[in-house]
Amino acid sequence: MSDATFNNSMKSATFLQRALRKPGFVAGCVIIGFSVLLALFPAAFAPYDPNAIDYLAVKQPPSWAHPFGTDLLGRDSLSRVIWAYQVNMQMAIFGTVFALVTGITVGALVGYYRGVADLIFGRIVDAVITFPFLVLVIAVVAVLGPGLINMYIAISVVYWVYYARLMRAEVIAQMGNDYASAGVVMGYSDKRIIFRHLLPNAITPVIVYWMTDMALVILLGSSLGYLGLGAQPPQAEWGVLIAEGRNFISTAWWLSLMPGIAIVLTGLGFSLLGDGLADLLRPRG
Amino acid sequence: MQDQEKLLEVTGLSTTFHKNGQDLPALRDVSFSVGRGEVLGLVGESGSGKSVTLRSIMGLARRYGQVSGQVRWKGSDLVAMPDRVLRHIQGREIAMIFQEPMTSLNPLLTVGLQLEETLRTHTDLSRAARRDRAVEMLDLVGIPSAAQRLKDYPHQFSGGMRQRVMIAIALAANPKLLLADEPTTALDVTIQAQILDLILRLAQDMDMGVVLVTHDLGVVAQTCDAVAVMYAGRIVEQGPVRDVLRAPQHPYTVGLMRSVPENLPPRTQLYSVPGVPPALDALPPGCAFAPRCTACVEACKLDRPPMTVITDQRQVACFNPMTKSQGNAA
Repeated sequence: MSDATFNNSMKSATFLQRALRKPGFVAGCVIIGFSVLLALFPAAFAPYDPNAIDYLAVKQPPSWAHPFGTDLLGRDSLSRVIWAYQVNMQMAIFGTVFALVTGITVGALVGYYRGVADLIFGRIVDAVITFPFLVLVIAVVAVLGPGLINMYIAISVVYWVYYARLMRAEVIAQMGNDYASAGVVMGYSDKRIIFRHLLPNAITPVIVYWMTDMALVILLGSSLGYLGLGAQPPQAEWGVLIAEGRNFISTAWWLSLMPGIAIVLTGLGFSLLGDGLADLLRPRG
Repeated sequence: MQDQEKLLEVTGLSTTFHKNGQDLPALRDVSFSVGRGEVLGLVGESGSGKSVTLRSIMGLARRYGQVSGQVRWKGSDLVAMPDRVLRHIQGREIAMIFQEPMTSLNPLLTVGLQLEETLRTHTDLSRAARRDRAVEMLDLVGIPSAAQRLKDYPHQFSGGMRQRVMIAIALAANPKLLLADEPTTALDVTIQAQILDLILRLAQDMDMGVVLVTHDLGVVAQTCDAVAVMYAGRIVEQGPVRDVLRAPQHPYTVGLMRSVPENLPPRTQLYSVPGVPPALDALPPGCAFAPRCTACVEACKLDRPPMTVITDQRQVACFNPMTKSQGNAA
């Protein structure tokens, strides 16, 4: 470790100041911040009731009255895309948080104790990562039945392995530092060493991965919704909305395009956020 | 130091690591003892087992290797002791400091919190008393305006200062023995002397034994009462510093001493012991030093020389030890 890595004698800029200097990070924050607002208060932003059917205005192209057009039941597409934020942002949280917590805990424990548990863990990792992820999740959903809750269960059951693998590697790397050994020779308990010393030092890459992962889970959730395995119609969810429009792609392109843009934008937001965070949290030279 | 009660007695300590199905004998049959207030130097090249010795004593090595032998401490054997019990000795009775001040402190916690953590683990002091003690310790190791620095993070200290903090943390609970693993190697020369002085002064004040691992014979000469020279996981020679350095008997010790540049005219080539230490998975059957030894005889290649007692304090493991008359010939 070079001296420069830790050398902080000059007054360095605060976290906020450095964050504001990164346009990508700022853009990510704006996108995700706005997405969260839409998810929390859809009624305040949506011009119409997302489920209000109007047979007199079916499949209308984008206009001033309906900026995203209307769908085949005359529902306002913009309102449906906005209400879908609630479901899709919820996916980003519920689809990852259980995997995150389990993965961090298991990864830290096997990384610290190694031994037989680590060998078993290694086999589980091998088994899970050799399977195509989507196929595995679909298999679990197929067993449990379609629906959002089952989809969260399916994602969590598979996904904690990825977090645990990352956490384990980080903990092992941190244990190479003397402060971990120092904790042992100071007579600290294993619990204290793992959770107070190793975990906070090892968690940064996991948090960054989490951000990117939220984008992936939204994508995955939409895919499952599209396939009819996730959110169920008439619930407004981007994957479901795209699926609804797929038969009319040449005549009513806005039906699939608008929710698609929402997916891309949110995914981009999370990626930018994760990327910026990785930059900001990286030890400075 | 002859008649002092022995604080730590290490007997036949062996440590084996396993890698790719192979046994690596990192430490073999190491025996030494440290008295109250005594400073023992462990010297040797990189990979000779100095650090592994300390880590085996402290119960670190057994986490990833196999440790056998005996480490007597106040009538009990640390090697056989379960982690749960050992924890009451670690940090409280025996403390250890590390080579790298850059990584031996947790970068995310303030120095004050890390000092406080030791005190909370090992003492019954109240919150306020712990804080006072923390300030007192930082003061003791020579950190200016100690009270203000408690809330500073490790990266706000220089290398030497960080090593001082490390010493403060290690000694906060008043241990009786300090294991110092090359505490000055990563520091620059002027700071080295200060840190060594500090360790020795505190050891004296606190009546604490010290095992000082180093590869610097100059440091040993200045600071230690006794010295043990290690090679390929074994002690090859040990005794009081004065005797060993004045009349080294093992050819390896002689070689080490010749490698210390001293009173040489400029541009003289420095002496170095020829060859490199053997890999742990390919130790020769006889004396491990035989392939590099200038005084090697036939027996050295076949059998391992046993540790022989010369005088009551001195021991050497060599079939053909240097006596004083031929000592300079090697």
